[in-house]
Amino acid sequence: MKPFTYERASSPAAAAAAVARTPGAKFIAGGTNLLDLMKLEIETPTHLIDVQELKLDKIEPTQDGGLRVGAFVSNTALASDARVRRDYGVLSRAIVAGASGQLRNKATTAGNLLQRTRCPYFYDTNQACNKRKPGSGCAALGGYSRQLGIIGTSDACIATYPGDMAVAMRLLDAQIETINPTGQSRTIPIADFHKLPGTTPHVENALQRGELITAVTLPKPLGGTHTYRKVRDRASYAYALVSVAAIVQPDGSGRVAIGGIAPRPWRVDAADAQLRNGSKAVVAPLLAGARPTEDNAFKVPLVERTLAAVLAETRA
Amino acid sequence: MKFTTPAGQNPIDQGKVVGKPHDRIDGKFKTTGTAPYAYERHDVVANPAYGYIVHAAIAKGRIGAMHLAEAKAAPGVITIVTAAEAGKLTKGDFNTAMLLGGPEIQHYHQAIAIVVAETFEQARAAANLVRVDYERGKGRFDLDEALKTAPLKGADSGEGSKAPPVDRVGDFEGAFAKAAVKLDARYTTPDHSHAMMEPHASLARWDGDKLTVWTSNQMIAWGKGDVAKTLGIPKENVRLISPYVGGGFGGKLFVRTDAIMAALGARAAGRPVKVALARPMMFNNTTHRPATTQRIRIGTDRSGKITAIAHESGSGDLPGGGPETAVSQTKLLYAGANRMTSMRLAVLDLPEGNAMRAPGEAPGLMALEIAMDEMAEKLGMDPIAFRIANDTQVDPEKPERRFSQRQLIKALQDGAKAFGWDKRNAKPAQVRDGKWLIGMGVAAGFRNNMNMKSGAKVSIDRKGIVTVYTDMTDIGTGSYTIIAQTAAEMMGVDMDRVVVRLGDSDSPVSSGSGGQWGANSSTAGVYAACVKLREAVAQKLGFNSGDVEFADGKVRSGNRSVALAEAAGDAGLTAEDTIDYGDLAKTYQQSTFAGHFVEVGVDMYTGEVRIRRMLAVCAAGRILNPKSARSQVIGAMTMGVGSALMEELAVDKRFGFFVNHDLAQYEVPVHADIPYQEVIFLEETDPTTSPMKAKGVGELGLCGVGAAIANAAYNATGIRIRDYPVTLDKMLDKMPPVA
Repeated sequence: MKPFTYERASSPAAAAAAVARTPGAKFIAGGTNLLDLMKLEIETPTHLIDVQELKLDKIEPTQDGGLRVGAFVSNTALASDARVRRDYGVLSRAIVAGASGQLRNKATTAGNLLQRTRCPYFYDTNQACNKRKPGSGCAALGGYSRQLGIIGTSDACIATYPGDMAVAMRLLDAQIETINPTGQSRTIPIADFHKLPGTTPHVENALQRGELITAVTLPKPLGGTHTYRKVRDRASYAYALVSVAAIVQPDGSGRVAIGGIAPRPWRVDAADAQLRNGSKAVVAPLLAGARPTEDNAFKVPLVERTLAAVLAETRA
Repeated sequence: MKFTTPAGQNPIDQGKVVGKPHDRIDGKFKTTGTAPYAYERHDVVANPAYGYIVHAAIAKGRIGAMHLAEAKAAPGVITIVTAAEAGKLTKGDFNTAMLLGGPEIQHYHQAIAIVVAETFEQARAAANLVRVDYERGKGRFDLDEALKTAPLKGADSGEGSKAPPVDRVGDFEGAFAKAAVKLDARYTTPDHSHAMMEPHASLARWDGDKLTVWTSNQMIAWGKGDVAKTLGIPKENVRLISPYVGGGFGGKLFVRTDAIMAALGARAAGRPVKVALARPMMFNNTTHRPATTQRIRIGTDRSGKITAIAHESGSGDLPGGGPETAVSQTKLLYAGANRMTSMRLAVLDLPEGNAMRAPGEAPGLMALEIAMDEMAEKLGMDPIAFRIANDTQVDPEKPERRFSQRQLIKALQDGAKAFGWDKRNAKPAQVRDGKWLIGMGVAAGFRNNMNMKSGAKVSIDRKGIVTVYTDMTDIGTGSYTIIAQTAAEMMGVDMDRVVVRLGDSDSPVSSGSGGQWGANSSTAGVYAACVKLREAVAQKLGFNSGDVEFADGKVRSGNRSVALAEAAGDAGLTAEDTIDYGDLAKTYQQSTFAGHFVEVGVDMYTGEVRIRRMLAVCAAGRILNPKSARSQVIGAMTMGVGSALMEELAVDKRFGFFVNHDLAQYEVPVHADIPYQEVIFLEETDPTTSPMKAKGVGELGLCGVGAAIANAAYNATGIRIRDYPVTLDKMLDKMPPVA
């Protein structure tokens, strides 16, 4: 870990401005991912701006019947909120499927969206990684890639976005509210938030330098049956090989998003449109153009079978 | 005490203390954070400097140049030691690779320097400033490829059961060719990491030319010898202290780089230095259980009697290393007139392979006990009946040698009854519970008993407190408690009158902890010392030692009774002895046996395998403490779940390292994986093993578990996976369609 300086931000706008003007500065909230990465010198900020005490920790109703979740609402608080459990069950289930109770107590809503990949080659600083060190190459290509991406990947990077919460938020079409260093706010649809790697895998999201997430808004409840099914080798405390978030309406229509297979939560409109026609019909457009490796080719049938399980459970 | 003839009646048979489920006497220290582990010895060194190890970034090759200037100039840095500064180092007897590499690099993450600084954070930050120019060499990293030309190799490793390169009885090939029913199958087990809770850690202090290392080590005397040898100093100048060990599983049998680097760092810094291995470096820096490729052939007659059995295993290791003795149990477990076992050892430039809990039997049974399940199915026999039909009460290779005790049949039969085996559907893929495909599996458990010479010193003070000193270690196993029980039984005092001091190389040399020999051997050493102490007490009191009784804190002879405290007097009394063994282990085959039963559910959609319940029935001599023994067995069963369902060090064959080198990526079972476990111990005393009549049990609990799980998964699905771990990606393409 490199030595760093530290300050507590006084307001969201001040925090954004401070990061923008300080080279090497980063925000820190729960720190459950950032501190681990700093110990390994995968992240080497020279200055940390602590945003945990900015009071962005409320969950409030929005005018159009949705919920506005403060950026630093903890994973535990969000998953256990009665309104979330009642109206956005898929989100609650996705959150509790991840990490452990201790981590969820500390992890925040904004931080979880920014969780970095768990690609083992990203984590080993001896290995080439375009995400960690742009232009150095990708050791995962041709290496051990069982956990890695099958779609949306590129010749520069096959890492996945590893989280669960964002998969449910993608399903719900959440919106991400930010403030930039000049104090202006904007709203980014979650569909546009996580970037595909292309030739720039180190660019992981739509945030500009200094831009701070202040809230995530959930649209008004969608009704239907909410499911989050996470598939993994051990029963808990492991990243998804594949996860399926789904909302199915009584008429069989609905939507589906997949985790563990791509650089971002994976959702395709044309696939949602097929939901009434069963898992095979959904998976064709959902995974069109997939480029799995030998190690992770199993994820293609696993997505289809897990979706079949979810649909069967929903109809039961 | 030389143990040469089977034990007769002795004070241990009273069973007043030994054999009772006494709580751990060290439990309160561990649960209150007052059991000091090596990295936390603030009580012995107030202000240590911190060492952080620099690890090689390549698997094979040489260091061209090391650039230390930036690191040396970093805040707080006291010194940096590389191979160039360390002086002459000699590889320890128990190590395969050097614990400090350079200029030659022998494996990935081999230590190449230690940076010593005022704080841990400064040492770590500075270690990352060390720049190294490497000359990458060509390494051998592919086991399958290397085995094609690998030579035959026997082994008599420190902890594994021994096996010659090739062992033949009768005419295997001829009998196999003629067998009515036969199996020829190949099985693989991957590299495994010990993944113990406490990382390797040491605190080293020099007092002149004398070195003290507070460390985390299973085998104190081996460690003391290898520290001295590595550093080139006299053995008598080295003291190792390791009273608490947060798990070892064989990964701490030998001195590792933390101890050597702490010593080198402390010498260079001129002050005590402590070092803990960073978790992401442990998987490639330390040892691991080597991967195996095993071929098993079994031939039977129509009735299911084995007529031919062969087990061949291949594994790899660094130059000068040894094979995984995965064939050893096949020499002893089942009858059959025509037999062959062999091992090949490939040279690999991956990290050092070495002992991990039940080396040999653990991976060997993962293969053999699937093969037995497959044969039973071919024969149309129940897998328990098939095993019983091929039971043997003698060493099949040397029929004149009987097993000292062998209750395999009872373990299987009692287990079948307790587990409800009769409810198993022999036809696979027939039982459903909602979306779960349900299956039951069984395997025989087998692990040889080994006895090790073991010494202890026992004293009584004027208050009647009995104190035991031995360099024995407690690696979470319960050694403290069973040693206290032994001393309490022998000296006739309550448990709260016994103090146990472990893990100090100034104490008598014990068996140490490994190969499941620790419990029986170390308590037998304490027994021997107590016998001498009883004689000393009797002699001092002028009692005839033949009829002296030690009970209730008193010494009685005829109608005379003296309090033990009074007998000890102001000066106290002390006796020391060592248990040593004659030929009983040659005359008799001493082994431990189990029946392992598992029920799994396999998700019909995803192929996820989840354990529903487990049972182990163990026959392992006298159980010295049923509570700590049960803990050992359920811990081992849990480790068996890991090896069956998730544990695999993934090898990058291009760069020669284990890729998934942290606990997020190398998965071991979590609580949610382990729903219900039961352990039954069969009544047994084995007078041939020691005066304690005990045997090991901590590794038996692992041996066979993996195969029982794989067999249960087969019973659930009809899909036979022969390559561990049994993960869903290997099942999916054979699972029934679900659309």
